[in-house]
Amino acid sequence: MIDFVGKRKWYFRFSGIIILIGVIFLLSAGLQRGIEFTGGTMMTISFEQEVAQEELREEMAELGHDDAVIQWSEDAEAFIIRTKGLAAEEEAVIEDTLTERFGPLTIKDVYGVSGSIASEIEGDAAIAVSVAAIGILLYVTWAFRRVMKPFHFGVGAIVALVHDVLIVLGVFAVLGVLFDIEIDAMFITGLLIVIGYSVNDTIVVFDRIRENMLKSPGSPLETTVNRSIMETLGRSLNTSITTLFVLLALLLLGGATIHNFVLVLIIGVIAGTYSSICIASQLLVVWESGTFSRLFRRVIPRRAPAGG
Amino acid sequence: MSRRQKLTLVGIALLFAFTVSMLAIDKVGGREGMSLGLDLRGGTHLVYEADFTDVPSGAEGDAIEVTRGIIEKRINRYGVSEPVIQIIGEDRISVQIPGVSWEEAKSLVGTVAELDFREQKGVDATLAEAANGGDNQITVNDVAGFEVDDTCVLGISSVGAIEKENWETRQIIAINGSINILTLDSALFTDHQPGEPLSAWVPATGTIDGGEIHLTGKYLLPNSYVDVDPQSGQPVVRFEWNEDGARLFSQITGRLIGGPLGIILDNEIISAPTVQSQIGATGIIEGLTYDEARILSSQLNGGALPLPLGHWEGDEFYPEPAVIQSVDATLGADSLRWSLIAGIIGLALVLAFMILYYRLPGVLACAALLIYGAIMLTIFKMVPVTLTLAHIAAFILSIGMAIDANILIFERMKEELRLGKTLKAAVEAGFNRAWPAIRDGNFSTLITCIILFWFGSRIIAAPLVMGFALTLGIGVVISMLTAILVTRSFLRTIVFTQLARRGSLFRP
Repeated sequence: MIDFVGKRKWYFRFSGIIILIGVIFLLSAGLQRGIEFTGGTMMTISFEQEVAQEELREEMAELGHDDAVIQWSEDAEAFIIRTKGLAAEEEAVIEDTLTERFGPLTIKDVYGVSGSIASEIEGDAAIAVSVAAIGILLYVTWAFRRVMKPFHFGVGAIVALVHDVLIVLGVFAVLGVLFDIEIDAMFITGLLIVIGYSVNDTIVVFDRIRENMLKSPGSPLETTVNRSIMETLGRSLNTSITTLFVLLALLLLGGATIHNFVLVLIIGVIAGTYSSICIASQLLVVWESGTFSRLFRRVIPRRAPAGG
Repeated sequence: MSRRQKLTLVGIALLFAFTVSMLAIDKVGGREGMSLGLDLRGGTHLVYEADFTDVPSGAEGDAIEVTRGIIEKRINRYGVSEPVIQIIGEDRISVQIPGVSWEEAKSLVGTVAELDFREQKGVDATLAEAANGGDNQITVNDVAGFEVDDTCVLGISSVGAIEKENWETRQIIAINGSINILTLDSALFTDHQPGEPLSAWVPATGTIDGGEIHLTGKYLLPNSYVDVDPQSGQPVVRFEWNEDGARLFSQITGRLIGGPLGIILDNEIISAPTVQSQIGATGIIEGLTYDEARILSSQLNGGALPLPLGHWEGDEFYPEPAVIQSVDATLGADSLRWSLIAGIIGLALVLAFMILYYRLPGVLACAALLIYGAIMLTIFKMVPVTLTLAHIAAFILSIGMAIDANILIFERMKEELRLGKTLKAAVEAGFNRAWPAIRDGNFSTLITCIILFWFGSRIIAAPLVMGFALTLGIGVVISMLTAILVTRSFLRTIVFTQLARRGSLFRP
């Protein structure tokens, strides 16, 4: 039997460090917003020669506009291209490069356009999720009413949820700085899926803890939690593995437009599985034994004398 | 096998047959195939210019932002239609709607859907001379009773009887009493014969607090929906009035019993039903095709636009869009094909894993997932939920996640088998033990969906959040049902067959 509970300090420290790094990046750099949020430039280009959409997309990608939305309109006999906001000289570069590659062209209209999703969406989604979290807290507390301190289970599920969301946000903030990875509408959808996955996964482990607590009321919580984690480990791993099979296939082979969406889910599924075992369940033990303040104590005093 | 089990199996088979046939049929609800997003199928691209004449200066930016939001709400009421709506520059709006005709696209944006109710004046008139398409003056036998600004309907008689399939609605802008000629606000479309009846209509009003008030769509609650009239089999829009609307409607229908009530949409009479009895809170609108009903309902629910949209020609403003054109898919066919291949490979791995790890129950789970997938696709087709590439990815992922309930059950079954229980007992115990986890996990997800949907529709205008909550919610319910109904009855059936004797089929 693996001793999951005994190593609990390390999980909290590990998650703490990752989240701290993520939050620093979030606060300093923030998330890179894609053109669905920021809007940009919309232009209509007609070519004298026939140009395939695919070739045009490749050429735009080489110019650094791999997020350009390119549509052919038979009625207008022109391409409608939406990119991030372009300065006059960037426009000129596009015009020159495309002319060189595809022959004479006419740029008919160039306009600034707004984002296609309301700018308040992030704040709105955050509020909606907060209300949903209260709903989850109440439901879990109610569903676990037969064991002692059901409120702890409710809070545990929410802590795991916040943990997973922060990890996904943090990783994307870091990826945004390192690789210019941007977020779009599907990022928000992906984050909402992660929330659902996280809570569901936590509850499966909690359910076993509930069952074992009722079955052997005398045994110490640490033993019960560890035993429950062991008993649900097979299921936890199998569910994440099957989910990751699908996600990895989509990441490796699927179209470029879904990469970021799939990436959110991969990070979220890993974080969700980890947090059920290593954060939510351990929180029950820590809270019960009142040792929460001790978790980081050994790290902090060691650092303090170094300065003096 | 008990009778009940047999019935369940038959039910599952029928359900599966239904979904397969729904997916095989090309046209569902007047639409062809699955609804695919702008990235996969393309659609219609419209550009509207705004008319800021009535907007106080300085408020233009807000007005156009609000207009964008309302258009989005109209087109994307449940967050599953995937339009792209952007403000161009400062005074125009670009709208792209996946997979619709130009006409449908225009009426979805529906510059304004003004619904109002009118009653008839006691005039008794017929056409004295033939009126042809293109005419804007008509000669009648008697102009007595007609007044300027009345609504004149050719083809509907003064008793409300519909004499002509294609009646036409016009406003009267001038009356020449000496030669019995009515001048209309615009030219007629079709020809009308002498003797054809015409009628005059005025706003139907009631009184509230002593004031005379015209009953219009602004007294409607935003909860109208499309239904099928059980008697005629025709689509209708059912609506509900707010408190003032109900009072006005009750007064008007009470007064008009036995006579016609004209239902006017954007100054066109769309039907003139005879009032059968005094009614208050609710009503129906008939005389629409299915698509018209659907669009009208979404317009009534979406609210009015604060800005007139159309295009300018010099100083004249016309309600037609400045640009309307079809656009192709943004993604190449390659992109969809590779994503589908990826999804199939991913799912094949999942199924292979399930079969290798859980043996025969794994095979059953695969069958259950197939049914889950077919039901979900059928729902997407019928609602319809517009699928973009990302939605297809999410759907494939949901199949991978729907397997969770099966894994929970099988892990429990294995535990019970290890304890030495018989297969039959292990199947039952596996389900009973796994149920609380499945229930609590899925219920908390459902609660999340309900809160997000409610929030997205009532508190904040976030179609994205609503669409997510709706599709995930449906997915959770269906996956829970397939696990507890389909997987369970398959397992229970297997228990009674020869296969159950071979323990190796249940344990790797």
